[in-house]
Amino acid sequence: MATQNTKTLARLMMAPSVLLLLVWMIVPLAMTLWFSFQNYNLLDPSSDGFTGFFNYEYFYTDPAFFQSVWNTLVLVGGVLLITVIGGIAIALLLDQPIFGQGIVRILVISPFFVMPPVAALIWKNMIMHPGYGVLADISKFFGLQPVDWFASYPLFSIVVIVAWQWLPFATLILLTALQSLDGEQKEAAEMDGANFINRFIYLTLPHMSRAITVVILIQTIFLLGVYAEILVTTNGGPGYASTNLAYLIYRVALLNYDAGGAAAGGIIAVILANIVAIFLMRAVGKNLDR
Amino acid sequence: MARSVTTRHKVTATIFAWIVALLIFFPILYTIITSLKSETEAIAGFNLLPSFTLESYITVQTQRDYLTPFMNSVIISVGSTILALIIAVPSAWAMAFSPTKRTKDILMWMLSTKMMPAVAVLVPIYLIFRDLGILDSRIGLTVVLMLINLPIVVWMLYTYFREIPGEILEASRMDGAGLWQEIVYVLTPMAVPGIASTLLLNIILAWNESFWTIRLTTTNAAPLTAFIASFSSPQGLFWAKLSAASTMAIAPILILGWFSQKQLVRGLTFGAVK
Repeated sequence: MATQNTKTLARLMMAPSVLLLLVWMIVPLAMTLWFSFQNYNLLDPSSDGFTGFFNYEYFYTDPAFFQSVWNTLVLVGGVLLITVIGGIAIALLLDQPIFGQGIVRILVISPFFVMPPVAALIWKNMIMHPGYGVLADISKFFGLQPVDWFASYPLFSIVVIVAWQWLPFATLILLTALQSLDGEQKEAAEMDGANFINRFIYLTLPHMSRAITVVILIQTIFLLGVYAEILVTTNGGPGYASTNLAYLIYRVALLNYDAGGAAAGGIIAVILANIVAIFLMRAVGKNLDR
Repeated sequence: MARSVTTRHKVTATIFAWIVALLIFFPILYTIITSLKSETEAIAGFNLLPSFTLESYITVQTQRDYLTPFMNSVIISVGSTILALIIAVPSAWAMAFSPTKRTKDILMWMLSTKMMPAVAVLVPIYLIFRDLGILDSRIGLTVVLMLINLPIVVWMLYTYFREIPGEILEASRMDGAGLWQEIVYVLTPMAVPGIASTLLLNIILAWNESFWTIRLTTTNAAPLTAFIASFSSPQGLFWAKLSAASTMAIAPILILGWFSQKQLVRGLTFGAVK
């Protein structure tokens, strides 16, 4: 059926989206790469000229750089740990026959639809505020000193907020995978005397492994770019205690007006994201062949 | 043999599931409750029973002009999604029905554009927008959101279109349907559910996008994400008003989201989990 005509037509139909994405990807990235080798300050028009690897050196030797990379790892790792383990546990629970399954699902999935600034402000003010938050109320009830979460544990607090946003996503996908598990296999395992833990390790977990991989990879892509949650809660502080790489680049770019330095940071971020991307593409690509 | 489920097991599971669900939902619930309190009530300690006053909602509208950012959010999220659909439908259609050796590579490449960290291109985009004079404009933001969601839109449509069996076209042709009839009576009814799901999920994603919407706007085009972020400054902080503004910002999308659970899994995992 695929004549030369339909092939040409198909190409024409694909052209707009391909061209748009090509421009969207190449132009800004090329500009970033260019700026990263330039002495370029947004406020100082006299600053220009090629500086070689100075911006990279500057970014790399900034003590905040290593702290921000470390914070990024803690943020991504911490959220993944909470959401994957929590997600598996909750998915197993929701897979049981329960009363009001539909409403329970709606309640569990809801945080995912809350926009990041709202999620962060709700947690900052309603839950974790040392004076008026619910956690402070609970502390006072037990006669304890309320904790000032964002001052004492800034990064941990942000991990909690982001984990709350992504737990529903992990739960929903793992539950979907769980529900596609063949009921007869479960029965067979039960008849053979496998207890709950054995069934979980030898049957359920391998069945979910693919979904777990997908959850980890997709979340990593989004978690590397966490921004609004930091902006409205700690602003990256105290000091650089809760600044991740994305936020550091923003600070350099728009608070110090150092476009060159920010560009060098941006290129480093692109390289990091690409490492993750390669693994995700493999996982998704395999599915296409099926 | 059917699995025997004892009532006791079901009751235990139900209790645990509801505890977990209510804990997860609690921050949202408490925000809704607080939005119905007066400012003094809101900071008077833990209390689940508000006085059901709408004073905060009225104040948010009269003092902070809630309606403008709300309309910006609607226009930008719906506009960018429709724009993306117009560009993506022909692409996905061509990929699903006349696949070539390169189709898979193009799809993977599109996905890879989604992985570019936004912050890495903040300065170039900012400068381009400044030079074009579209900083803080709805049209600029609509285009950016269209571009960042375009790969997901193409992917989702592709996975839906691929499930439309090619034989049905042949059958309709055998029955003497012309191209136009084929499109109107056979293809459109089969494609509409997939397009509708894609529309829904992408409006949600665009509504909640919180990097470009905050950084590329100041006042005129600021959608709800930027509006709410402005509440983080200490001088503007009042618990009940913050809650009212938050409730209004998330309510429409929360309700849309509840209807799109299934599509969400499919759309966000690029068809890898169904």
